[in-house]
Amino acid sequence: MNPTNQTALLDFVTRLGDNSLIAGHRLSEWCSKAPYLEEDIAMTNMALDFVGASRILLTYAGEVEGKGRTEDDFAFVRKNEEFRNALLLEQPNGDFAVTTAKHFFYATFNYLLFSELQKSKDETLAGFAAKALKEVTYHLRHANEWVLRLGDGTAESKTRMQNGINEVWRFTVDLFATTEADLLLEQEGIIPNVPELKTKWYEMISDILEKATLAIPDLNAFQQKGSREGKHTEHLSYIVSEMQSIARVYPGVKW
Amino acid sequence: MGEIYKIATTNNKLPTEIWEILKGVVDPEIPVLTVVDMGVIRDILVTETGIEVSITPTYSGCPAMEVISSDIIATLNRNGYSNITIKSVLSPPWTTDWITDEAKEKLRLYGIAPPEHSSADKNVLFGKPKFVNCPQCKSAQTEMISQFGSTACKALWKCLDCKEPFDYFKCI
Repeated sequence: MNPTNQTALLDFVTRLGDNSLIAGHRLSEWCSKAPYLEEDIAMTNMALDFVGASRILLTYAGEVEGKGRTEDDFAFVRKNEEFRNALLLEQPNGDFAVTTAKHFFYATFNYLLFSELQKSKDETLAGFAAKALKEVTYHLRHANEWVLRLGDGTAESKTRMQNGINEVWRFTVDLFATTEADLLLEQEGIIPNVPELKTKWYEMISDILEKATLAIPDLNAFQQKGSREGKHTEHLSYIVSEMQSIARVYPGVKW
Repeated sequence: MGEIYKIATTNNKLPTEIWEILKGVVDPEIPVLTVVDMGVIRDILVTETGIEVSITPTYSGCPAMEVISSDIIATLNRNGYSNITIKSVLSPPWTTDWITDEAKEKLRLYGIAPPEHSSADKNVLFGKPKFVNCPQCKSAQTEMISQFGSTACKALWKCLDCKEPFDYFKCI
């Protein structure tokens, strides 16, 4: 692979790896604090799926880069501005409804992305996507069911679920953010056209929101952006400092 | 006990021997099953420099995979083989379809309801399995409490007849 395409691939794989890492870390914050035991277990199970995925992806990123960096170097030694995760995933968990809204939008995105990515000409990405798709299907089902329960629930659950949707809406389109480098990967058949997935994504979330008797946000409303350039909200810095604290105090530490 | 390095270039019975040895490596979470029962061992490659065992991870984040890798190396070392490397193969992705029928029976006897449907039926992932029998009393009057259970691969169910909760090994 020529160096330009290699850089493009590194960028894209890092994007996916960081998505999983930050999503997993945020979701794990519910451990021991969820509204009831079965949900605590559900969320930590899904967080584990995410962290496992980030290990596979960030290890692959290191291999693509070819400079000997490991998954740990990517996770624990990079600075905020080097992270490429989507803005949605670094947002605080808020209440259960806000977390559900974030995961509803993210799981639907992943479901569509991985369905296409499993056809990638890159063997590792194709293999990863085929595997992750199965896990993400369970995530999607979980999120859909909670949106339906909370939206079509009591007056309070409906209010909270609607607030959750509204609060994180402006970070959703950033999931589909693309770069010029992505185009090279598309031409090689390595990745699908990600922005094109947005139409189907909006259809799927609108369908569930309608069934949940919730208001569907406008796709043309204001959207925050910048994650592909490493421009993040302040929230990422708190995640990164907590997540990296031990590795930074004891450089080179091993379990 | 010294390490004996067995040279394998002319011995093509070696992969079979190793396969038999690996039938003794159990799943650390579900000790009635071996890694061969689970379909986790995909390939055994013997070369002049050593032995490469290819495994396929069950779930992306499954923590048992680390233990399984160490156990494979330790077991082969104990049997006199050295220079073992473990290769993780993502494609084709692991599926519960690879769990053998005997393994499913072992699961049932252990108290875990085995995966009921072929994962090729995509509807399985969007709806509940049509019926799951209680591994204790065999009743079909069972219901799901949570899709996520004690480990990544299991869901939590309960029996409406004998009232016992049980783990269900999810189709994937």
